[in-house]
Amino acid sequence: MQSLTAAAAAIELRGIDKSFGAVHAVRGVSLAIPRGSITGIVGENGAGKSTLMSILYGLYRADAGQILIDDRPVDMASPRDAIAHGIGMVHQHFMLVDTFTVLENLVLGAEGGPLLAGGFAAARAELTRLGQEYGLTVDPDARIADLSVGEQQRVEILKVLFRGARMLILDEPSAVLTPQETDRLFEILKSLRARGVTVVLITHKLREIMAVADRVIVMRQGAVVAERRTTETSTGELAELMVGRKIRLDLDKAPAVHGQTMLAARDLSLVDRRGVRLLNGVDLELRAGEIVGIAGVSGNGQTELLQVLSGIRPPTAGQLEVCGRVIDPAHPIDPAEMRALGLAHVPEDRLRQGLVAAFEASETSILGYQDQPPYCRNHLLDVPAVDKHCAELMRRFDVRPQTPGLRSSHFSGGNQQKLILAREMSRLPKVLLVGQPTRGVDIGAIEFIHRELVKSRDVGCAILVVSVELEEILSLADRILVMSGGRIIGEVAADQADERVLGRMMADA
Amino acid sequence: MSLVAPRSVRRPLPRWVEIAVLPLVNVALAFLVVGIIARTIGVDSFHALKLLLVGAFGSSESIGYTLYYATNFIFTGLAVAVAFHAGLFNIGGEGQAYIGGLGCGLAVLALDRYLPGPLVIVLAILAAAAFGAAWAAVPAWMQAWRGSHIVITTIMFNFVASALMVYLMVNVLIAPGSMTAQSRGFAESASLPSMQAVLKSIGIAVAPSALNLAFVLALLSSVAVWIFLWRTSWGYALRTMGHNAEAAIYAGTSIRRMTMLAMCLSGALAGGVAVNELLGVHHRIVLDFPAGYGFAGIAVALMGRSHPLGIVLAALLFGALQQGGAELSFEIPAMTREMVVVIQGLVILFCGALAHLPRPWLQALFGRRG
Amino acid sequence: MKRWVGPLIAVFAVVCLGLFAPAQAQTQATIKPAIVFSTGGKFDKSFNEGVWQGAERFKKDTGIAVAEFEPSNETQFEQALRRFAQRGQDPIIAVGFAQAVALEKVAKEFPNIHFTIIDSVVNLPNVQSVVFREQEGSFLVGVLAALASKTGKIGFVGGMDIPLVRRFQCGFEQGIKYANPNAELITNMTGTTPAAWNDPGRGAELARGQIDRGVDVVYAAAGSTGLGILQATKDRGKLGIGVDSNQNHLHPGNMLTSMLKRVDVATYESFKAAMDHQWKGGTQVLGLKEGGVDWALDKDNEKLVTPEMKAKVEAAKADIISGKIVVHDYMSNNSCNR
Repeated sequence: MQSLTAAAAAIELRGIDKSFGAVHAVRGVSLAIPRGSITGIVGENGAGKSTLMSILYGLYRADAGQILIDDRPVDMASPRDAIAHGIGMVHQHFMLVDTFTVLENLVLGAEGGPLLAGGFAAARAELTRLGQEYGLTVDPDARIADLSVGEQQRVEILKVLFRGARMLILDEPSAVLTPQETDRLFEILKSLRARGVTVVLITHKLREIMAVADRVIVMRQGAVVAERRTTETSTGELAELMVGRKIRLDLDKAPAVHGQTMLAARDLSLVDRRGVRLLNGVDLELRAGEIVGIAGVSGNGQTELLQVLSGIRPPTAGQLEVCGRVIDPAHPIDPAEMRALGLAHVPEDRLRQGLVAAFEASETSILGYQDQPPYCRNHLLDVPAVDKHCAELMRRFDVRPQTPGLRSSHFSGGNQQKLILAREMSRLPKVLLVGQPTRGVDIGAIEFIHRELVKSRDVGCAILVVSVELEEILSLADRILVMSGGRIIGEVAADQADERVLGRMMADA
Repeated sequence: MSLVAPRSVRRPLPRWVEIAVLPLVNVALAFLVVGIIARTIGVDSFHALKLLLVGAFGSSESIGYTLYYATNFIFTGLAVAVAFHAGLFNIGGEGQAYIGGLGCGLAVLALDRYLPGPLVIVLAILAAAAFGAAWAAVPAWMQAWRGSHIVITTIMFNFVASALMVYLMVNVLIAPGSMTAQSRGFAESASLPSMQAVLKSIGIAVAPSALNLAFVLALLSSVAVWIFLWRTSWGYALRTMGHNAEAAIYAGTSIRRMTMLAMCLSGALAGGVAVNELLGVHHRIVLDFPAGYGFAGIAVALMGRSHPLGIVLAALLFGALQQGGAELSFEIPAMTREMVVVIQGLVILFCGALAHLPRPWLQALFGRRG
Repeated sequence: MKRWVGPLIAVFAVVCLGLFAPAQAQTQATIKPAIVFSTGGKFDKSFNEGVWQGAERFKKDTGIAVAEFEPSNETQFEQALRRFAQRGQDPIIAVGFAQAVALEKVAKEFPNIHFTIIDSVVNLPNVQSVVFREQEGSFLVGVLAALASKTGKIGFVGGMDIPLVRRFQCGFEQGIKYANPNAELITNMTGTTPAAWNDPGRGAELARGQIDRGVDVVYAAAGSTGLGILQATKDRGKLGIGVDSNQNHLHPGNMLTSMLKRVDVATYESFKAAMDHQWKGGTQVLGLKEGGVDWALDKDNEKLVTPEMKAKVEAAKADIISGKIVVHDYMSNNSCNR
């Protein structure tokens, strides 16, 4: 493949090939990343971009092909080699010691001798220099636990630069950031580029790629299918290239037909053991046949609201009525009873709650329903029935690969999410709670998930969607509630809302 | 879309290498080191290895003892594994086995003069399980409701069990006029038949050994544990809790109840040691019969990868080492019982903790297609 | 998934290798004596070691090899006794009361082999049972302790809390009361598990605790734990009493005496008798009269024992031998009160 730029390549991959058993993850990929540029790599889950970057960072070894750094072939046997060649990686999950200060984290692994004092002084000087040069300012003596997520990410970037990296790989950097923090991050990336640092950005957010990257590489099914200058492409074209077919990003849906109230919360409050008020008098009504969206900056009580509504935590005050049953602090309920009432719940964090990574997909497909026929009779599991059920879910929701015996962790994020959604929707619940329906899910799957949710609504399910993606809320919801500080601070009908209105409400809170 | 590293470090090997060659290399490495040690203390290492193997499998008597030891290891290995699948580290197998022995013994001592033998045996087995479970239930309760860490409390309960048993044996249960702290003997009818007697009744002659019907009970327990863990909704919920407690809460499983269930089952299984030792061999309550089997169960479960079949096989290996090791120190005085412990430790080290040590070499040999 | 296959293959390999069954080498000797120690092991600094010393002396005197086995659990008692009997070892000494049940079983299977059990009684024609009246020896060192104590407070630190140790304690207490009815005895047991025989650290701690409460003579009846007890008494300048073998040499000047339990003699005599075809079954109860227990007086402690003390102890010894003093045995009724 021919590079689009004339600038010298900082990183060049030639014919990289990698298989995991029967899965051909990367198929003869050749690409060049010019020095001092920001390059985006986009693709669906399982397109091979993660594997490719792992090979570059020395985590995997390619079956075939060559890696060239500054035009010299190198052998990446481990991340240590990658670091030695000036490649640094910022992971989606930060690798910081919470109880250490910024400086201590920076020095960790590069102490420079048994006595820390010298290393610390040198590190402090270096930190000041880096801060001035790239605008990466962080208080060196602050404890990590006291920093915001955006600042923690800055520490991660500093850590990589501190070790002399000239090439930076960022994996889904904006997934955990607020919009403001994302903007801040992009400024930093641009100033890094101005100083000659090469940045590779892995993301599924096409708009961000368009905003910050110079070039974008699109991968599909293990191969590079296109390379574009961002100035010469559009999100629509990129989405199409990623999926390999036309994508409709907007959702066509009929107006909601409201039925009776299925879930009602009155003055619902939740105070934790330390006395922190997590939910502060939430009033909420959910009727059959509508989708209610909850918008808000993450960490404003959405997680706790879902926990209380699904029966995981009892409210400390107020009342909740679900399908005719009243729940209050004196009459708690557990999630299993909630399910029996007809409430299904797609949790916000699928890896931590929605599935068991070590379980086979078929086992994950009955999580929460393991006591129910036909999967289980007299407490004995009917394994063929479970497998059949799982295969059926996989077929209906297009979960790939369609192998009920495969470990849940071996599915891509989008396929995991589809499996969980399939599980929760297959029992035709009366109420469906969905947290972050498409977090970390690729664009083709997003389309599918949204359609399924609307289909469910149309047959009379009452759906509550919590999402930090305003776009998603706007396209899915019939009514939108804005949450802040553990309270519902406003309601907007979907046809009167746009990002500006919602953004203002969220900001004013 | 994440690039998290750790999982990737292990590169795949061809399946047959993973299953067959790797463990063989591990055992071979362990014996290589044993051989070097044996040589340095002046013992012919090949001769020693032969003695060890013949001692464990060379005759019907030695096989009997190997299986008898394996019985204890199966019970404690299963006990550790069941708790482990629930994410609980039960270090208290020793104490649970000990108190299981108290239940087992009390049942026999109370009933053997009044009820028919088979009935007493069944009741004694149930009592062993119930007492073992009860002893595990206390730490489980303390963890589930009070937040005391189960590793700490189960260890402490081993000491409490030991002290309690010594007190009871020395002051209460001691047979009148006995020189030693042991109870009166169980009635002949209320003892678990030895395997020799059972096989004799169907026309198979074997040498006498400590092997008794508890071995069959241990095998049945393994099957039962497998069914419980992988074929019941309770086992499903238990494993969910062990792998991902938050997912279990999400699924509506009560963590407290499941902690109790897992620990009680674990304790009941540990009580199986008492069945083998007291009902099967000693035919009386004696002091210190758990003799470290409870702790060894941790290694057995680890080596058996917490799978019942793996545990049975690991228990066989441990049983063979115990029996073969005894024969070894019997024949070669220089191989003291401390040396035998060293051998056992090395095998555990290489097959358990260092199981992946030879992986890079094998990768170089077989891993090309990776 | 199938991780269990690994161990399966491993075991299979072990079985395969096991097919080279070797023949047994036999050694020839006039008698082929053997010892099965108790689980404490032969270097327990206590009576296992006494047996071992007796056997070593026998080896040196006669040049006859003695086979030994240290079981690591109680099931191995029976196994080891039977294996020795099958190999034609004769006589076989079983050390420790815990072997009684196993020995009874094996002795019945091999009526032509001579067995000796130490510290317990098995009533079979081919079994010689050797028991000691430890209470008598303990009585004597109790008398000595009461006479030597300036504070009138005397300590006893036992090993594992079992009837046998209480027999020591009970005899010791009677000796103290005999010499000084007002003396006070403070008793501690190291523990309730066999680890209590081998915990010098804890022993030292208990001894220091007793010394803090005014004790100035401590009787250590606790196997290897005793080494810590005696070290602690020496460090604090107090007097210690050893047990089983003569431990006076450990801390000359700080060892008041040792309660001797001559298992070494019993072992030696048993082998010797078998060699001379003099071996007899039945029970031997070895007390002061038979020289089975005694108190130790040698150059290491002669300065501590005044002539008056010695006279008093020797008088008590004579009275016990003559039957004038009857020392109560704790194990006769599981109580120190008769």
